[in-house]
Amino acid sequence: MSLLTVRDLTIELPALVNARQAQRQPMVNGISFSIDAGEILALVGESGSGKSLTALAILRLLPDTLSITGGVIELAGDNLFERTERQMNAVRGYRAAMIFQEPQSALNPVQTLLQQIGEVLVLHKGLTGAALKTAVINLLEEVGIPDPRQRLSWYPHQLSGGQKQRVMIAMALACEPELLVADEPTTALDVTIQKQILDLLNQIRRARKLGVLLITHDMGVVSEMADRVAVMRHGEILEYRPGDEFFVSPQHEYSRQLIHSLPRRDFRQPLTTPEPLLTVEGLKVWFPQRHGVLQRVVGHTRAVDGVSFQIHKGETLALVGESGSGKSTVGRAILALEPLYAGCITFDGQRIDQLSQAEFRAYRKRIQVIFQDPFSSMNPRMTIREILAEGMISLGLADDHQQREAKLQTLLLRVGMAVEHLDRYPHEFSGGQRQRIAIARAIAVEPDLIICDEPTSALDVSIRGQVLALLQELQQEMGLSYLFITHDLSIIPHLAHRVAVMSQGVLVEQGECASVMNQPQDSYTQALLAAAPVICTGL
Amino acid sequence: MLAVQPVVLLSDLLIFALVAALILFFVQLARDPLARGRWRSVFVSRIGSAAFLVILFYVLMALLDSLHYREPLPAIATSGSVAEPASETMTEPVVHYSQEVKSVLDAVLAGLHGQDETTYSEPFSIYSFARENQTSDDGNVVRAFPRLAHAGSHLQEGDSVAADVWQRSLKSVLTGVAIMAALVILHWQWRLRCTAQGCGLKSDDMGAVLPWKTIYITLGVLVVGACWVLELGQYYHILGTDKVGQDVLYQGLKAIRTGVLIGTLATLLTLPLAILLGISAGYFRGWVDDLVQYVYTTLSSIPGILLIAASVLLIDVYIETHPEQFQLTTERADFKFLALCFILGMTSWTGLCRLLRAETLKVSQLDYVQAARAFGVRHGRIIGRHILPNVTHLILIALVLDFSGFVLAEAVLSYIGVGVDPSMASWGNMINEARAELSREPVVWWSVAAAFVLMFILVLAANLFADKVRDAFDPRSAG
Repeated sequence: MSLLTVRDLTIELPALVNARQAQRQPMVNGISFSIDAGEILALVGESGSGKSLTALAILRLLPDTLSITGGVIELAGDNLFERTERQMNAVRGYRAAMIFQEPQSALNPVQTLLQQIGEVLVLHKGLTGAALKTAVINLLEEVGIPDPRQRLSWYPHQLSGGQKQRVMIAMALACEPELLVADEPTTALDVTIQKQILDLLNQIRRARKLGVLLITHDMGVVSEMADRVAVMRHGEILEYRPGDEFFVSPQHEYSRQLIHSLPRRDFRQPLTTPEPLLTVEGLKVWFPQRHGVLQRVVGHTRAVDGVSFQIHKGETLALVGESGSGKSTVGRAILALEPLYAGCITFDGQRIDQLSQAEFRAYRKRIQVIFQDPFSSMNPRMTIREILAEGMISLGLADDHQQREAKLQTLLLRVGMAVEHLDRYPHEFSGGQRQRIAIARAIAVEPDLIICDEPTSALDVSIRGQVLALLQELQQEMGLSYLFITHDLSIIPHLAHRVAVMSQGVLVEQGECASVMNQPQDSYTQALLAAAPVICTGL
Repeated sequence: MLAVQPVVLLSDLLIFALVAALILFFVQLARDPLARGRWRSVFVSRIGSAAFLVILFYVLMALLDSLHYREPLPAIATSGSVAEPASETMTEPVVHYSQEVKSVLDAVLAGLHGQDETTYSEPFSIYSFARENQTSDDGNVVRAFPRLAHAGSHLQEGDSVAADVWQRSLKSVLTGVAIMAALVILHWQWRLRCTAQGCGLKSDDMGAVLPWKTIYITLGVLVVGACWVLELGQYYHILGTDKVGQDVLYQGLKAIRTGVLIGTLATLLTLPLAILLGISAGYFRGWVDDLVQYVYTTLSSIPGILLIAASVLLIDVYIETHPEQFQLTTERADFKFLALCFILGMTSWTGLCRLLRAETLKVSQLDYVQAARAFGVRHGRIIGRHILPNVTHLILIALVLDFSGFVLAEAVLSYIGVGVDPSMASWGNMINEARAELSREPVVWWSVAAAFVLMFILVLAANLFADKVRDAFDPRSAG
């Protein structure tokens, strides 16, 4: 018998009596799957597919606005829906535990590790005193936290992101549950840390015969971890098969799309006649640390500490690094949004780092930016027309009204949107559409260089491919250069001519894409590449 | 000869400018679909609509009370008393106007006004509250409760007061209901015709979704109440009289203008300071932020009452030393009142300023502000187009919440004697005057009760409305 059986689970948003929405809306529509002890089932799907709702339904933690209208969930033959709320509390954390996506917000910042991990043990096992302490130390040891004895009295903010996720896992494992529900456990982490956490999960489920429901949107993770795969879309399971079979011969069209959304490793050839556009030499961005009433500068935080690179006309340079490596700060410094501490930036033969605000305005037109989060990059109170026209008006391009209108229309059509979208507000569009609008806004002023600050990391995989393709088409048409800031190694080969790897404020390696990706010289680059999950399709 | 002389006080101008600005603001809002949707959700709720109507009723009273005029005095035959040659008065008769400044509300409430008794009397009573020496028919002096001069003077000896009150109440309530019914039927017809012809109705028209039943009921209660007060006020003192025999209800109603004005004016005065300083502190940071923070931390650590009391003293001195600028008592009271609004506004902007600074710090880090900077958009424009619209919800919520706070603050300040001029009707003054009588037995409760009820209704309506506005505009609760 399987450990967890889900049969015909249906979750609906009930019809509201006097609101616009008069119909019941199914969020999850009659899905079934099962997990055996010691097995990892990967539930894959894009945002909004209902995979997180399924996970919450298993622990009966759904928000009150949603209701489970059908189906059965059995944990080791025990129907969870027949339990009272009080009986359910005996299951949560004791027999089935959950790991959340964001360790930052899942840990209580005012409690020590001993209090947080200990809470579950006190509640379910009644441990106290020395026994409690030993149990917590053993748990921390098991999840690989160094010096667990000292760290008992630490607070979450003293730990790194990866360590916090380890603590979350320790909390989940505290009462030796049979089932572990992991909701995107590594999405908020860097690739090297992701690798460690996934290894840890793998090792623990073997050692403890744990059933794991792993929810993710990353096909690389699925390929490395899953024994079985269930693909979800619009609240339905499209395909449900063993992992190795799934990657060799996916049955459903959508599964194939998901697998192939990972760009393969064919490298872009470097430019034959490079002509320098932007040269950055010895760039240092140090943030002063101020202290006291008079705000004396007592020291500096070295966000970027001596970075040099060059971007040629029509070229894409990928700037790769983990969070906190200072890669976004480089982009902001080029845009003159951060003051330089030292170094020199030359754009098209002209030094631009010493220009005043007014003098720099001439270069605002030539250097543009696309941001990561399509939801915060547009003013929610402006129409698309106003958003697109803002840069043109500010930089004095297309002053004539009709001319501007015509240009707005061609722009929208160019990025694959319709003319009637001009008068809508940003909240009416999906993430991918918004990112297209953000691209249209950047190219509206006909720049030479666009700084793309993780433009695809907030998007689903299938949409990511479309946006990247659009960026490449535009590069060919308009001869654009990109500084492509990213942490996602999988998109680089297909996209970049050259790669620069950044770590803790300095460039550790740069060079042509193929050579860096295939024969990395620096140990950090090697670690980064080794950690990136890849799909082994068996081909 | 009978023409009246209009008197325009500074606060009258302000209140009309305010109402005009509010109307303009709503017209402007109607163009923005996002804002319109939010306001719609305020008015679709029954509480929101009812509270808005009650506030509107109060504002209407305040507006009526802000149309001031002076009545001409009857021509005096004895021209010699004036130190002018008789020949000139013959050729050009000079019209002298009363020193008393009246308002349109006084005209509407003529039945309540000008029927002063000598001292306290209970609500609906026709006898005074204090015993007096009276000479009876047979020449003996007895101490008894004398009949009031005006209240119930139409009654014959032996008529029942209760029966008369019932009869008149019934009549006035029926009149009110009839007026309301006529209104409802007219409106119904108009709506039917509108839907039939589709004249000017948009797809998202408010008419279809407003809670009409609640609106009718609220309006009905207000209309019937007004009819009842107007009818019975002519014959009785509905809420009794105060120490010098003035009608308490009349004073309470006159105090509405003071309450409404102090609420709106003081709130509006806080806005420019709070918005300007708060947003510049959050946006420019650095030394601007330091400066603004020092100012508001300092200001908010000085006890507000102390600051206000000192300022009011200054104003008093100014009025005393410049008597030539204030011809009428009303003008003097008005000046003092505006000064109080100003002081209240100047001392209470720190809360909103702090909120706005925090929100601006957050918003100015968002990508769209960075994108605008990457486009070379100037600071002023970034603040106007990107920051201000995205902190408007905070301003709106603070505006409505502060309103009720200031109404209550006025009552407290007048109570401790640093509020509005004693000659000006205000709830605080009413409470202050009745304070000593609360310890008397039998207690004189009606002055305090009247002020309490009138203030309670206004503040409750404002708070309920503020709650709905917050629900609609706060992004966190809107989801």
